[in-house]
Amino acid sequence: MTPLVEMRDIALSFGGVKAIDHVSVDLYPGEVVGLLGHNGAGKSTLVKCLSGAYRMDSGQILIDGQPVTINNPRDARAHNIETIYQTLALADNLDAASNLFLGRELVSPSGFVDDDRMEAETRRIMARLNPNFRKFNVPVSALSGGQRQSVAIARAVYFNAKILIMDEPTAALGPHETRMVGELIAELKRQNLGIFLISHDIHDVMDLCDRVSVMKNGKLVGTERVGDVTEDEILGMIILGKKS
Amino acid sequence: MTDTTSGDSSKTSLARALQLDTRLLGMIGAFVAICLVFHLLTGQRFLTPRNIFNLTIQTASVAIMATGMVFVIVTRHIDLSVGSLLAVCSAVMALVQVWVMPQLLGLGIGHPVTAPLAILAGLVVGTAIGAFNGWLVGYLSIPAFIVTLGGLLVWRNVAWYLTSGQTLGPLDPNFQLFGGINGTIGVAASWVVGALAVAASLWFMWSARQKKAGHGFTVKPLWAEAVMMGIVAALILGFVAILNAYQVPVARLERIFAARGDTLPEGYTEGYGLPISVLVLIAIVVAMTVVARRTRFGRYVFATGGNPEAAALSGINTRLLTVKIFALMGALCALSAVVASARAANHANDIGTLDELRVIAAAVIGGTALSGGVGTIYGAILGALIMQSLQSGMAMVGVESPFQNIVVGSVLVLAVFIDILYRKRSGALK
Repeated sequence: MTPLVEMRDIALSFGGVKAIDHVSVDLYPGEVVGLLGHNGAGKSTLVKCLSGAYRMDSGQILIDGQPVTINNPRDARAHNIETIYQTLALADNLDAASNLFLGRELVSPSGFVDDDRMEAETRRIMARLNPNFRKFNVPVSALSGGQRQSVAIARAVYFNAKILIMDEPTAALGPHETRMVGELIAELKRQNLGIFLISHDIHDVMDLCDRVSVMKNGKLVGTERVGDVTEDEILGMIILGKKS
Repeated sequence: MTDTTSGDSSKTSLARALQLDTRLLGMIGAFVAICLVFHLLTGQRFLTPRNIFNLTIQTASVAIMATGMVFVIVTRHIDLSVGSLLAVCSAVMALVQVWVMPQLLGLGIGHPVTAPLAILAGLVVGTAIGAFNGWLVGYLSIPAFIVTLGGLLVWRNVAWYLTSGQTLGPLDPNFQLFGGINGTIGVAASWVVGALAVAASLWFMWSARQKKAGHGFTVKPLWAEAVMMGIVAALILGFVAILNAYQVPVARLERIFAARGDTLPEGYTEGYGLPISVLVLIAIVVAMTVVARRTRFGRYVFATGGNPEAAALSGINTRLLTVKIFALMGALCALSAVVASARAANHANDIGTLDELRVIAAAVIGGTALSGGVGTIYGAILGALIMQSLQSGMAMVGVESPFQNIVVGSVLVLAVFIDILYRKRSGALK
């Protein structure tokens, strides 16, 4: 079976600092791969090469076995790669619909932005993801952390993503909302999406992921099946930077 | 926004039923108050057709540029060079009219292609300089403040150099039609324009309502819609009626008739009607509002202003966007230069001096936030009107020049302070 995504030998430096030092990871359809590591380990930087936010210095990205070039976020979106950023990347002054469709606005036949249709679509997907969501006509700055998160998630799922990158999706959420994100991930898995999940929380990762890749100082420490290792072993990899 | 206002008084609920922006209401209130105060102080000379006519043509030039400044400030930039850009465009257009066309090409004075070609030349120059500014800001990452501060000096003196510091004139007679009093469309045509504007607005409001209802959204009650439509129609027709009521002086009519070889019939009167410069302004306001709200470009302007990083991550080319915004600003400076130089009937070296400050003040008084992401076109127009009313009102009352500027400067600071208070209370600002 060909992997959905293969990132081979990726390297990226920022002014002499090796942020990613020849890392290879892969992801299969219907699989969740957790990326673990301390702050500054390079997890976010690695997936930003996939989402087009950064351009890698060297290495190769294959999607469905085909080499692809991803120079910017548009390229990534064209390959059905969607990202939920840790910062959520929402324009606070715009409403939920404008954020959901940002960069991919629905337009009327005359070429004008069709806000009504975008709002209708937003209402439709929100009814599924967060049925309590009501604030469609206010800027997202007026929303709670969980509501903002659901807008960011809706944006990633709406456009039929095949590959989903979630960077700390539950960092700003309460227990109830965290559980909802967990259920969503399980559902997306059933729909055969591949998901990279970045998290600090080792419990989250053990619960939600099939495999984990651990990084330290820009290097890949190792990739393990979740069933084959204990939490302590993973913790050891994170802290010591080697397999015990 | 409205959900956090605690007021349950009849006033706020009325505003809510009509879905009016309370901020807009406040600004209109301030504007009306200023007009009424000056009306009383000037012995009821302020709110006369003649003065309102003058106010609109005096405001046009700054207001045209203010619509572009909204986009510039919304994306967290600034343009200090608009007055100098106006001067360059004006100089180029004047050169085309008094030198290139009549002398180089040997076309007679008042040749029909002179005015269109002059305006085209101005637009090309303005857009190119604006795009260059945008390129320096967007691609070379030089702060807009610095680029346009430099531009303020550079372009003003390019204009000086082009004309050797001379005043160029008289400008082409057709070109002068854009100046205001010398180019009005008359009473009958003004009513036609007014009627068309009413029809278009009502149709637009109705179809927007139908569309919303078609998606199953809650729409405002029918009576509220009717009230809004009535207000809009009354405003448009009232504005036309006022400008139509300003009568052309008898002496001027006599000259016009004499020029045609006729004599002025007894008791004949004629109103000025809508000035072409004001029609240009209205067209620009409508176009810029549509751009801001109904185009991808406008959406990206606001998204970039709200969160530049998010905009970039959404695949928006924010560098190219910056170039487009400044190019648009440059084009508007050119149009503004048409109105300003046509009004003066010649190009003088100091044209547009300090306009950058008036334009920025208009946008900011109109609610454009320097922190980015927030601003409206109609707000900037109201801001320009408020500034101009203050200025000419004080001049009419006889306030000394230094005090006029002291008041206008203080009002700018006060307006922004009130805006900050309003946003804090409404929860838009934390």
